[in-house]
Amino acid sequence: MLRYLISRLISLALSLCLASMVIFAVLQVLPGDPASFMLGLNASPDTVAALREQLGLTGPVPIRYLHWILGMLHGDFGISYTYRTPVADLIAQRAQVSVPLTIYAMVLTVTIALPAGIIAASRRGRATDVTVMGVTQLGIAVPNFWFAMLLVLVFAVQLRWVSSGGFPGWSAGIWPNIKALTLPAIALALPQASILARVMRSSLIEALHQDYLRTARAKGLTQGQAIRRHAVRNALIPVLTILGLQFSFLLAGAIIIENVFYLPGLGRLIFQAITQRDLIVVQSVVMLLVAAVIVVNFLTDLAYAAVDPRLRSRV
Amino acid sequence: MRLPLTLILGAALTAFFLGLALLSFVWTPYPVAAMDIAAKLTPPGPAHWLGTDTYGRDVLSQLMVGGRTSIAVALVAMGIGIAGGVPLGLWAAARRGSLVDEVIMRGNDLVFAFPSLVIAILITAILGPGAFNAILAIGIFNIPVFARVTRGGALSLWTLDYIRAAQVAGKGAARISAEHVLPNIANLLIVQGTIQFSLGILAEAGLSYVGLGAQPPIPSWGKMLADSQTMIYTAPLLAVFPGLAIVATVLGLNLIGDGLRDLLDPRLRRK
Repeated sequence: MLRYLISRLISLALSLCLASMVIFAVLQVLPGDPASFMLGLNASPDTVAALREQLGLTGPVPIRYLHWILGMLHGDFGISYTYRTPVADLIAQRAQVSVPLTIYAMVLTVTIALPAGIIAASRRGRATDVTVMGVTQLGIAVPNFWFAMLLVLVFAVQLRWVSSGGFPGWSAGIWPNIKALTLPAIALALPQASILARVMRSSLIEALHQDYLRTARAKGLTQGQAIRRHAVRNALIPVLTILGLQFSFLLAGAIIIENVFYLPGLGRLIFQAITQRDLIVVQSVVMLLVAAVIVVNFLTDLAYAAVDPRLRSRV
Repeated sequence: MRLPLTLILGAALTAFFLGLALLSFVWTPYPVAAMDIAAKLTPPGPAHWLGTDTYGRDVLSQLMVGGRTSIAVALVAMGIGIAGGVPLGLWAAARRGSLVDEVIMRGNDLVFAFPSLVIAILITAILGPGAFNAILAIGIFNIPVFARVTRGGALSLWTLDYIRAAQVAGKGAARISAEHVLPNIANLLIVQGTIQFSLGILAEAGLSYVGLGAQPPIPSWGKMLADSQTMIYTAPLLAVFPGLAIVATVLGLNLIGDGLRDLLDPRLRRK
C-alpha cells in the first residue's frame, strides 16, 4: 500500500505542476501583454508599464512562474486588479458558496442514484426498472441550468415557496442558506444522479451474474440479503470511478448554476473577472478548479485501492 | 435483423431537429432578426406558432437558426475530438507499454483535469467570446475521450492472430492500425461519437448561456435561454421552448447511441 501511495503522490505532484504550467503559459506567455490587454487600447505607455510592474510581469518567464507558484503555496494569489483586494480573500469569500453547493449536490447525487440503481437492478425488466431507466434517460438529456430555470419557474414564480435566487450569507444562520442552496443543488444533482443510477444498475446486474452470488444464494441467503451483503459492495467500484469524474462536472456545473440563482460564488467571480479583464483572478480561480479536480481524482484512486485490494499491486 | 426501437425513435427525434436547422438555411417563418415591437411577447398562436420574444422576434425562427449553431458547434467539436484523439489512441496502442504510450496517456489525464467550461474560460479570457471558441473548448475536451476509447479498443485487437499475421506479412504498425485495427473499432467510435455529439450540444448550450459561446446577433439555444431568464415572471414560455429543443435533440442522439450499441455489439444482441 505504501508503494502505491508514493507512486500516486508523485503522479499527483506531477499533474499539478504540469497543469499550473499550462494555465500560466496560456494566460501569461502566449498572447501579447496582459497589462495592455487589461487597460485597453487607449492606455498610455506609462500606465501600462506601471501595471506591468504591479502585476509582476517584468522579468524572465521562469522566474515569474516560480513567483506565482510559490506565492500560491503561501496563500498569496496576488492582488485583484478591479477589486483592489487580495485574490485569496476574494476566493475564500466566494468559495463559501461554491464549495457547500458542490458538496450538497454530490450528497444529493449519491442519495438519489444509489437506491434508484439498486432497486432498478434488483427488479430488472419490471415496471420499476423501466421507470427508472426512462426517467434517467430524460435526466441525462436535460441541461442542468435549464432544469434550474424550470425549478425557479415552479417553486419561486408559481408556488412562491422559495426566493428565486440570492444568498443570505453564513452569518444569517445555517437554515436560510441551506434553503437558498437547495434548488441549485437539486438542479446540479439531477443529470449526474441519472448517470450514476445507470452505472449503479448495470454494475449491479453484472455482479448479480457472478458465481459468488450463486454461492451466497446456495448457502441459504435470500436474494435481498445476497444483494445487500455481496453484490452491492462489489458493484460499487465502477460507481466510485464515475463519482470521482462527476466531481469535475459538478464543479463546472456549479459555476453555471450560480448564474441562474444569482449566487455570489466562484462562478460569478470568474465571469465578472473575464468581462473586467481581471486576469489574475481568472488565472487563480482556474488553477484552483483544476487542482480540485486533480486532487479528487487522486482521492478516488486511493478510495479504489481501499475498496479493492487487488488494485494496489497494479501500480 | 430488426432495428432497435430506441434507434428508430432517436433517429426520428434527431432528424426532426436537424431538418428544422437545415430548413432554416432556405426558409424561416419570419426573418430571424426582424424585430416587431408592436407584436412583442405575443403568446403562441396562428401568426407566431411559438410566440415572440421581448423584441417581437419570432421564437420559432430563432429556434430553427439557433439549432444550426448548436448542432454545428457540437458536430465540429466531435470532429476535432476524432481527428485528434483517434490517431493518438492508435499510436499509443501500437506502442503499448512504451514511453510514447505513457506520455500520451498522461497527457490525456492532464487534459481530463480541465472541464470544457474551464478550457472555454481560458480561451475566452484571451480571445474573447464566440462560437469558434466554444468549438475549440469542447473539441479539446473531446480529444482525450476518443484517444482513450481508441486505445482501449485497439489494445485488445493487437493480441489477435490476424494482426500477428499482418505483422509477419511485413506490414508496419501504422499500416496495421489503419487497415486492420481502425475498421474493427469503428463501431466503438461511432457510438462514442453520438455520445460526444450529444454532450457537445449540452456543453454549447451551457457556454452560450453564460455568454462564452455564440455572440449576438447569432442565435443559439443557450443564448435564448439566457435572454428568457429576465422575462421568467412575464413570459415563462420563452424559457420552455429552447430547453425542450435541447432536451429532445440530446435525447434523440443518446437513443441513437444506445440503439447503435445494441445493433453493433453482437454480445448484447444475443441476450
